[in-house]
Amino acid sequence: MTTTTTLTAGATRRRRPRSATSLTRSSGLGLGIALTWFSLLVLIPLGLIVIQSADGGWHTFHDTITSPQTASALRLTILQAFYVTVVNVVFGTLIAWVLVRDEFPGKRLLEVIIDIPFALPTIVAGLVLLSLYGPKSPIGLNVANTERSVFLALLFVTLPFVVRTVEPVLIELDPEVEEAAASLGASRFTILRRILLPALAPAITAGAALAFARGISEYGSLVLLSGNLPNHTEVASVRILTYIENGDKAGAASIAVILLAVALAAILLLQLLTRAVAKRG
Amino acid sequence: MASHRVRPKTAGTYVRRGIVLTYLFLLVVWPVSLIAQHTFGNGFGNLHTALTDPAVTSALRLTIYVSIWAVAINTVFGVGISLLLTRYTFPGRSILSALIDLPLSVSPVVVGLALLLAYGGTNGLFGPALNSAGFQVAFATPGIVLATTFVSLPLVIRELVPVLTEIGTDQEQAARSLGAGPWQTFRRITLPSIRWALVYGVVLSLARSLGEFGAVKIIGGNIAQQTQTATLVVEQKYQDFEQPTAYATSFLLALIAVAALVVVTVLRPKENPDGD
Amino acid sequence: MGIEIRGINKNFGDFVALEDITLSVPTGQLTALLGPSGGGKSTLLRIIAGLESSDSGTIEIEGVDTTNVPAQKRNVGFVFQHYAAFKHMTVEKNIAFGLEIRKRPKDEIKERVQELLKLVHLEQWSHRLPSQLSGGQRQRMALARALAIQPTVLLLDEPFGALDAKVRKELRDWLRRLHDEMHVTTVFVTHDQEEALEVSDSLVIINEGRIEQIGTPDDLYDRPASDFVLSFLGPVTMLGDRMIRPHDIEISPYEQAAIVSGKITRWTRVGFEIRLEVTPDDVLHPNPVHVVLTRTEATALGIHEGDQVWLRPQVGADQVTS
Repeated sequence: MTTTTTLTAGATRRRRPRSATSLTRSSGLGLGIALTWFSLLVLIPLGLIVIQSADGGWHTFHDTITSPQTASALRLTILQAFYVTVVNVVFGTLIAWVLVRDEFPGKRLLEVIIDIPFALPTIVAGLVLLSLYGPKSPIGLNVANTERSVFLALLFVTLPFVVRTVEPVLIELDPEVEEAAASLGASRFTILRRILLPALAPAITAGAALAFARGISEYGSLVLLSGNLPNHTEVASVRILTYIENGDKAGAASIAVILLAVALAAILLLQLLTRAVAKRG
Repeated sequence: MASHRVRPKTAGTYVRRGIVLTYLFLLVVWPVSLIAQHTFGNGFGNLHTALTDPAVTSALRLTIYVSIWAVAINTVFGVGISLLLTRYTFPGRSILSALIDLPLSVSPVVVGLALLLAYGGTNGLFGPALNSAGFQVAFATPGIVLATTFVSLPLVIRELVPVLTEIGTDQEQAARSLGAGPWQTFRRITLPSIRWALVYGVVLSLARSLGEFGAVKIIGGNIAQQTQTATLVVEQKYQDFEQPTAYATSFLLALIAVAALVVVTVLRPKENPDGD
Repeated sequence: MGIEIRGINKNFGDFVALEDITLSVPTGQLTALLGPSGGGKSTLLRIIAGLESSDSGTIEIEGVDTTNVPAQKRNVGFVFQHYAAFKHMTVEKNIAFGLEIRKRPKDEIKERVQELLKLVHLEQWSHRLPSQLSGGQRQRMALARALAIQPTVLLLDEPFGALDAKVRKELRDWLRRLHDEMHVTTVFVTHDQEEALEVSDSLVIINEGRIEQIGTPDDLYDRPASDFVLSFLGPVTMLGDRMIRPHDIEISPYEQAAIVSGKITRWTRVGFEIRLEVTPDDVLHPNPVHVVLTRTEATALGIHEGDQVWLRPQVGADQVTS
């Protein structure tokens, strides 16, 4: 649902943007209030994490993230998030394709199902997965407390991202381009490779970046499912929590700053892609 | 727009459809439906147990209270900032518009930590000052409201900005040329054009607010019957081997989430109904 | 009186949109701002309406200095190219909007809306939404909406630009008749010279942010002040070292005192019109000259493709020496 990062250039290529005007006195005041609120709520607290992580110096930071338990948590988190992203690229694109190009009864229901992982409270998501893939699994498939449980939870919570970024681009794609390619003798595979994938690539990349960022930051769905076994199924977020509970804020901030950097990188990539697409539009 | 011509169905169409349906069934549909099964496995007993447990009811009350605050704040803030982003130019506009999305990709645990560093009672940046003014943020309801507002902040804005960009400023300028002042223009022209987007934004914010877990756990401290929200009570009940209560509470939360989605999907027009 | 525009300048960053524009639009007239796209004419119109602010200069509407008056207080009717219909309101509500803002009594609003619906021939569509109307109907609604507030001046920004050719022609005639009935001071922007020549009482040619010439359509057509005006108001061709309209060239198959002689190298017939290209014998000026004449004239002269012909300006033709 809200994961739609519209990578279509539709809105931007309309008319000359005469719309935007410079600030008036009252809108300037509004901007001031909005920025103050945004700073107090988001920017200053996040900035404090960066400051806190640098507070103990490079050594504290280095020691924290190289301590075996933390390093193992980071490795697990990044690796599983990466695997999940790869699966999402394939399945997300496929799901988007079916949603846009296929017609069958109940398709609208599918639209709701895609967004469930996004709307469902993460703790509930964990519980839900536990009931099918946990110790009491009705199909005898128990992944609880293993690395695969991390993979499964991340796969669940990241489901909407690629689907929702690719879908609008696929809708906007002019079928005449494909027909033109076909009339020029291109096979279905060539059309996919030379026409469709290049057009979808920015959206797929954007969705993948969002999914990866979400994957490495996941916490709630893992609490009940993965068991948080140190050096085995403990992820970065859980490590942060442990540091907080032990009163080591510098340690917590050290890991947090890494997660924050990845989140920022994902957003930056998204902006660049959106701009590139708008230019191409 | 997409053509609605009927495409020929090939074997590939059915294979793709089959794969997608199986994948979604195994990953989402089946697991989620099991909650209902666990909740109603023995009738309404579990639900009754949960709803008479003071820990659960107080958590539900707190969650609803916090969510209403968070949604109200985000609605006012979201409408304001969306108008600023789409109707005005100012230095740093594109940076602001990028940063607005940040709360969606920051880990809830990081959000909790960040707020603790800023508003923690003893050594947060603002915490001690606020404390001595008699306003406790961390480990109290205001902290939970802040965390919830943080994580659901972009949702209204992300719904409004594309719609505001799409409708352009022609109608607003026409209203001005006909004598309408800024407030009249907003209320009579802009607001009716964005009302559905605003409804979606609010519904989505509500769903997200009800479901926040990590951030409220850290900033709220997870104190039973004080700062324990509904999601936190699910965790505790599950770990305390009161699983039926955990499932019943989860069911309520999932029900709201799915209802929110259904509302949004049903309301959202497939295509612009009054395209020009 | 009317609209007095003095010394208007407007820059968008480095781009000079308008440069020292001074212009006076007489009361009750229909004035067209004509020029190529991006020449600044829409910007000028928007400055008159207060939708855009100028960097310097003043605007006076009917003797009142409105330079610093916000758009909503100027009492100006503005019609947008893309209609700017209020999509969530019916036709009736759209037209009533300005009157409701002015808090007029309900009965008066109702009466005035009915009047306007009749004027723009939309009576039976009053309860429709704009999305249920055609482009031409939407533009008529927009016009009624602008007229409802009894504006001091009516401004139209490429009002027919988004419509197809036939509807455009109809609306153009209708606008002219409407103006003859209402006599409201009207300024409209267009890049279509035929539209401007046909509808307006006076024409202002604007190019690259400057006024090229002001005058009646006949003035400008017959006595263009520059190459630009001549070429913008209709087709032109070079006859020797002069610019001239192709239909103002006298063509003869017999040797006569001529500026150019040559062979007819191309012959195109479009309906009643014959368009010729004559390649001059003078190898120093080899660019073909375009000549237009009617089919009857061509038959009377007995000329064909490949014939040798002699060309000179017709008596009374307007031309500009370059």
